[in-house]
Amino acid sequence: MSGTNTLGPEVVFDTVTKIFAGTRAVDGVTLTISPGSFVALVGASGSGKSTLLKMVNRLVEPDSGSIALDGRMVAAEAPYRLRRHIGYVFQNIGLFPHMDVGENIAIGLRIAGERSRPTVRIAELLALVGLPAAMATRMPDQLSGGQRQRVGVARALAAAPGLMLMDEPFGALDPVTRDTLCTAYRALHDRLGLTSILVTHDMAEALLLADRVLVMAAGRIVADAVPADLLAGRAGAEADALVAVPRDQAARLRTLEAAGRDG
Amino acid sequence: MDSQVVLAVARLPALLADHVMLSAAALALGLAISLPLGVAAARRPRLARILLGMAAVIQTIPGLALLALFYPILLALSSFVGGGIPALGFLPSLLALSLYAVLPILRNTVAGITGIDPAVIEAADGVGMTERQTLLLVQAPLAAPVAMAGIRTAAVWTIGAATLSTTVGQPSLGDLIFAGLQTQDTALVLVGCVAAAALALIVDALLGLVEHAIARRRRGRALVAAGAIALGLAAAIVPTLLPRQPAVTIGAKNFSEQYILARLIGRRLEAAGYRVSYKEGLGSAVAFSALAAGDVDVYVDYSGTIWNNAMKRADNPPRAAMLAEVGRWARADHGVGLVGSLGFENAYAIAMRGADAKRLGVASIADLSRVAPDLVLGTDIEFLERPEWRAIRDAYGLRFKAQRSYSPSFMYRALASGQADAISAFSSDGRIAADRLAVLADPRRAIPNYDAILLVSPGHAGDERFLAALRPLVGAIPVEAMREANYRVDRDVDKQTPEAAAAWLERRIGR
Repeated sequence: MSGTNTLGPEVVFDTVTKIFAGTRAVDGVTLTISPGSFVALVGASGSGKSTLLKMVNRLVEPDSGSIALDGRMVAAEAPYRLRRHIGYVFQNIGLFPHMDVGENIAIGLRIAGERSRPTVRIAELLALVGLPAAMATRMPDQLSGGQRQRVGVARALAAAPGLMLMDEPFGALDPVTRDTLCTAYRALHDRLGLTSILVTHDMAEALLLADRVLVMAAGRIVADAVPADLLAGRAGAEADALVAVPRDQAARLRTLEAAGRDG
Repeated sequence: MDSQVVLAVARLPALLADHVMLSAAALALGLAISLPLGVAAARRPRLARILLGMAAVIQTIPGLALLALFYPILLALSSFVGGGIPALGFLPSLLALSLYAVLPILRNTVAGITGIDPAVIEAADGVGMTERQTLLLVQAPLAAPVAMAGIRTAAVWTIGAATLSTTVGQPSLGDLIFAGLQTQDTALVLVGCVAAAALALIVDALLGLVEHAIARRRRGRALVAAGAIALGLAAAIVPTLLPRQPAVTIGAKNFSEQYILARLIGRRLEAAGYRVSYKEGLGSAVAFSALAAGDVDVYVDYSGTIWNNAMKRADNPPRAAMLAEVGRWARADHGVGLVGSLGFENAYAIAMRGADAKRLGVASIADLSRVAPDLVLGTDIEFLERPEWRAIRDAYGLRFKAQRSYSPSFMYRALASGQADAISAFSSDGRIAADRLAVLADPRRAIPNYDAILLVSPGHAGDERFLAALRPLVGAIPVEAMREANYRVDRDVDKQTPEAAAAWLERRIGR
């Protein structure tokens, strides 16, 4: 496990563009994400946030522009080598159904040449995501949705990456499980000194988890602010529209609560 | 009947072993072709469409036709590379059956791989697997149960279709089925069919065990089932690895007389100290080429067949002149030796029910042409395609109300039951006398001579020991003796096997 004093890499996007069938999914994004920060990419469906994220580990190749991790171009390395030191977690999880939980978690070590089953490391990773060591011999179809995504996170952390890419990782979970996992992940991020990029369409989740929120629309970054500034309305019109939703909901909940107390 | 079952069962182990080896080799080659193609096609939808389309087209070619197609292809290939490629027997059977096995394996491999949850593939990419690692660690194990179902289908098809390899001279359980069909020996047919079906069911069940074990990740069970399959293969293959004496191969086309004569020749050669094997049920067109290529060492053909089909001659010289010319041509063009004529003729003839012939006043084919428009002609399967038919038809201006093709045994039944009024009979057929049929005269000599002639392969054309064993058969078999021997095999009650009829014929001709 990387110590708390070494931070994840700095991620630099330089005029990155991706065109799908004539549409600019990502349109000349230039951006620096500092080491050890937690950045949320927020936006409506089709705003380009997932595409931007997947260009970091080259699941999508940019049409122009470049991305560098701590100054090293991602394009300079074979994609499979690059991905072995970047954690990737996504909504559909994609646990290997024919491998038990332990094999799933250790797959990154196995493909890098590890021969025997690293039992201690598997238990360590399970503990890190709050699962008992006995879980290692279960098959994925015997797990609940929340347990599955915890295993997904453990698998992403197995190779001790400095950078975690998370594409709507908790989107398919029930609200309670989701909240628990969000909180647990934020704690992991701090403890391991990770650089985390989280794609989400949920502004509340972004505001509560991230150090910095980027709002995307039509392939461009239209707002870039810390949560406090966003909430204070200092990040522009597009951002305000998105922030308005959770703020209104919170206000209505408070009204309901007050009415309940009065009645 | 009981003794026939015993005889059939006695031939079973050797034929079963041949059948197993052929099927296993074809399935293995089919796998070697279709698994890599399936993996490649799973990544390229266009390639998948093209490959599956091609495999489906191959599947629509009837098995017999596919086997027969490989004969000229391999023959041409062999002459192109200067000889050495066997055009008959194992190789064409292997190639045709492998092509048949491709479709189910290819289709299921593609379906198995493309059916994998895309999230799993995204995860494989995400953790940094190479394309090879994705294939081996993720796609192969997840597609295995579906691919295995395709392999099971292919195995059952291959084992079934392997019975057809008999027609190109590869021993298989089809030997029993084809011999039984030709000689109307139900016991032989049943033994062959039951054995082939049982083999298919057992292999399907064992592969099914492997499939279920893979799907449930029970490695032990999969190994046990795979072990049972390996054991069965070993039982088939090990005996063939033991040294064998060199053998001579006797060919036979696909009718009773040929089976009997092959056995008669076999008895003589065995008495002369040869180890004998048989390639029976050969197509008429295949037999001579097989002899010329050395796949068969000796067989009986008919002068008119060689004259019309192989030599492509349309004239009709007298008997002695034709025989001399056939002998000269066979030696000069193919190195094939003509030992001599056996002494009888098996010519195409037109036959009718005796009573009908009398009632309609038909004694010759010329008389027949007058009443033919009201009659149905029944023929064997190849007659209507043969030059002899065209010669008869054109010489007499024959036009029938309808023409129907049967296998020879059923043709006689069709005549007896009135489904046909005239048939393409053979002059040495025992059923002519037995069924009281009238054989119509050929006053315009449209039908050539069909003397039964003994032909030997180029390798034996100068082999005195071999020829000395065969020469006593020359001029030794009168047509009455051949008819009687044929009838013993073809009749419906108290049927004899070709072996028994050959033994009877040997005693009858006193050689």
